[in-house]
Amino acid sequence: MLRINALRMITMRLIVLRLAIVLLSVFVCTHTYAQDNTNQTDSSLALSNIAKQLPKAKLSKMPPLVKQLGAIKDPKSRLILESLLEGELYYERSGFAIVRAQMNDDKKYVLSYLLTDAQQQTVSKSKIKKIRTNNRLRGQIRDVLAKLDLTDPDSSVRIEALKQLIDKPNDSAIQTIKELLAEEKDEDVNHLMQVILQVQLLKTGDDQQKLAAVEILKTSLEPAVKNMLTQQLAVLPKKPTDQQQIVLKKAITDALDTIESKRQFYGVVENIFFGLSLGSVLLLAAIGLAITFGVMGVINMAHGEMIMLGAYTTYVVQLIWPHLIEYSLFIAIPLAFLVSGSVGIIIERCVIRFLKGRPLETLLATFGISLILQQLVRTVFSPLNRQVAAPEWMSGSLQINPVFSLTYNRLYIIIFSLMVFFALLTFFKKSSLGLHVRAVSQNREMARALSIKSDWVDAITFGLGSGIAGVAGVVLSQLTNVGPNLGQAYIIDSFLVVVFGGVGNLWGTLVAAMSLGSINKFLEPITGSVLANIIVLVGLVLFIQKRPKGLFPQKGRSAD
Amino acid sequence: MTSSISTNSSTKETSTGLMAKLSGLRNLHVVIGILLLATFYVSVCNLAFAEGSALHVSDYTVSLFGKYLCYALLALAVDLVWGYCGILSLGHGAFFTLGGYAMGMYLMRQIGDRGVYGNPDLPDFMVFLNWTEMPWYWAGSDSVLWMVAMVFIGPGILAYVFGMLAFRSRVSGVYLSIMTQAVTYALMLAFFRNEMGFGGNNGLTDFKEIMGFSLQSPSTKLGLFIITALVLAVAYVVCHYIVNSKMGRVVTAIRDAENRVRFVGYKPEDYKVWIYVVSAMIAGLAGALYVPQVGIINPGEFSPLNSIEMVIWVAVGGRNSLYGALIGAIVVSYAKTRFTAIMPEAWLFALGGLFVLVTLLLPKGIAGMLPGIMDKLKGKNAPEEEATASEPSATDNSATENKGSEVKS
Repeated sequence: MLRINALRMITMRLIVLRLAIVLLSVFVCTHTYAQDNTNQTDSSLALSNIAKQLPKAKLSKMPPLVKQLGAIKDPKSRLILESLLEGELYYERSGFAIVRAQMNDDKKYVLSYLLTDAQQQTVSKSKIKKIRTNNRLRGQIRDVLAKLDLTDPDSSVRIEALKQLIDKPNDSAIQTIKELLAEEKDEDVNHLMQVILQVQLLKTGDDQQKLAAVEILKTSLEPAVKNMLTQQLAVLPKKPTDQQQIVLKKAITDALDTIESKRQFYGVVENIFFGLSLGSVLLLAAIGLAITFGVMGVINMAHGEMIMLGAYTTYVVQLIWPHLIEYSLFIAIPLAFLVSGSVGIIIERCVIRFLKGRPLETLLATFGISLILQQLVRTVFSPLNRQVAAPEWMSGSLQINPVFSLTYNRLYIIIFSLMVFFALLTFFKKSSLGLHVRAVSQNREMARALSIKSDWVDAITFGLGSGIAGVAGVVLSQLTNVGPNLGQAYIIDSFLVVVFGGVGNLWGTLVAAMSLGSINKFLEPITGSVLANIIVLVGLVLFIQKRPKGLFPQKGRSAD
Repeated sequence: MTSSISTNSSTKETSTGLMAKLSGLRNLHVVIGILLLATFYVSVCNLAFAEGSALHVSDYTVSLFGKYLCYALLALAVDLVWGYCGILSLGHGAFFTLGGYAMGMYLMRQIGDRGVYGNPDLPDFMVFLNWTEMPWYWAGSDSVLWMVAMVFIGPGILAYVFGMLAFRSRVSGVYLSIMTQAVTYALMLAFFRNEMGFGGNNGLTDFKEIMGFSLQSPSTKLGLFIITALVLAVAYVVCHYIVNSKMGRVVTAIRDAENRVRFVGYKPEDYKVWIYVVSAMIAGLAGALYVPQVGIINPGEFSPLNSIEMVIWVAVGGRNSLYGALIGAIVVSYAKTRFTAIMPEAWLFALGGLFVLVTLLLPKGIAGMLPGIMDKLKGKNAPEEEATASEPSATDNSATENKGSEVKS
């Protein structure tokens, strides 16, 4: 009875956990954009007014029209300007309606009406006439479009526009920014505008202005700022005699140093982030192994294949419900847990329990099972790698500053693996089944004497460990290709994590996974990934010399 | 030694007594005899009978047998540490491959200016990598003596260093197994790198001749086969005397009860390192004989799967006897050749199934069944034997204790 209760508790916790993830993701997914619907009628009236003038306007009359178009805050006016810029703006000879015309393969023109909602239609060239532009006009249109972007109600559009300007500034845009600066409320946008203006000053201003600009710019991490500063430093004479230039040179050098140290700091932070995300993958992969090894003293060489089964479960879920890709992970996580978990229980019942007390034979037998499972997957699916799609909400990244961003998938993986970890921890601490598992792992005979069915505890532990490996597989399917050899790559790594952390200690596994991941990521840029792997391995072999039982050994006295 | 054990009249000891009889000196003669006879038969059939004759053994088969004998030698090495010292090494592939690379380096230098780039000093891959001179560790690789020395020294040093580190800190059991596997894996990654100077991904290949004999000619192949058989015979004799020496007894005792051996006053780690190094050298020798017969050595040989396959040879053959290792290696390798030819995708199923079935049903392997079969042939009734067969360590334990006391007195 107790056991069933505990199981129910696990499932309950898992459900709660999943709900939390769903809520989190929904929160992130729904970027709601406010639509500005006011004055729609006004602007469309003005638009149609201009549209009537466009076909007949001479080139010299165009600039004021373009300016008027730019003043209208309407997506349609933007579309007209873009078409005009690309030379795709035409009008119909009959009726003078303006259209966007694109030539198709049969030398016919596909017309899409810009003002009315009329259907697209295909006509020959004789029916339409192009609205002419010249270079000057195109330049003006670009400016107007840039200004449109800069005044867009959505701040992300403004930032995007500014970012383009920062690399290729032009005079008119600078002028616009100067005008807009005072009205800008958004802090990020405002800051970017400042940076652009200061960079411009740094380039064109006198020494006094340059000095002031450097003062402001030394906190900015934009690559353009750094480039401009280095450029200015190069322009200055090697040994300046002018007092002002000496001061300026020192200021620029200092600013560059500040920026460089900041960049280095963020580089380290980024490495830590990558290390933690690698560590959390290792944690997910290793924790199941840690449980089975801790409780049963058995190395499950088929553990990697449990991970692989989990990854293939994700693939199958996406195959069955192709329209539910966004939610596929939430379907796949419980399914993978069940699939891998039940395979684990079958293995335990059919093979491992007959090999009690013979860990080396167990190792061999489970290795045999891993070969069979790999071949099975090869036969059923194909030896080729399978592509698992990533849901929309997993892609993209959280931009903290110009040199540092957190990719969402890594971020979620860290959060998720920590959730799994703490769920397991509470399971072992609080539930009665967890108590039984701990009892069996500490002293099997004594636990049996206290009427704990150690056989069942073994089976369930093995199922639990394998199930978590399956969940790890779902996560891995988001990071790497899914293939029959997926698991093999992780079995040695996860075992090293278990050895490093100490057997039978979940906290040890956490610390070991995170530190191994970080060490790996810090070594990688210096030595390359292969050498980093080797160094970590050799380091671990040496570490085992000092502490044969890992970082956090189980306390107690025993001799075999 | 044999007589002292057979005087034990308790029923529990009958099986070990029989085993000991079987693996006694008489048995040594039998194994060596069969091995040499088979070699003689294959060589005669290859040379004396024309192609198409029913008795003819093709050149292909000769080099295939040569390969099997290398595997058998390797299995002997694995059996020495696993069967007699209880160290399940999943890293013997590393020693095998290192020995192979030592031979490969020598063969590479023998190519001389007949390579694709025709450089008389540098092997092709170094020219390809734009290296101007040979790395220091290639020095001397064109001498036969140096090559023979390296075949033993390379694996020996690795085994010594790893053994010293691992056994002194008393790493044992599954820990040790996985550590050996990890080291092998690390070596594989390292050898895949071009900068290592061992040909990277492609390894060493395209060999022309060995000590002046063309590797393509059938007579060289036959010669290599015969040499391999002789080396195997010698190695078998050496192993036989090792396991029956006093040192071998201590090693077996360590397998059964390491702490007791320690408390009695021996230093188990020294014995373990010693047997591990010997085993590694035999494995290296197997690798060195293997390379000229297959004509290539590349980092793929380091792969963990290879090392684990070696273990399964010994498990199938029976890890309590040296001849079991030979039987296992040859039977499983033959099965692999047949399977991969007929239905390649089924081989991994079969291999995996073999792992599971052998560990579950045949803990003593084929060699473990032999005494029972012999008894039946002689009409004896040996029911206890089947019963005790599933608990090898328990029986062996008491047996070795008895042996130990005999030795002491």
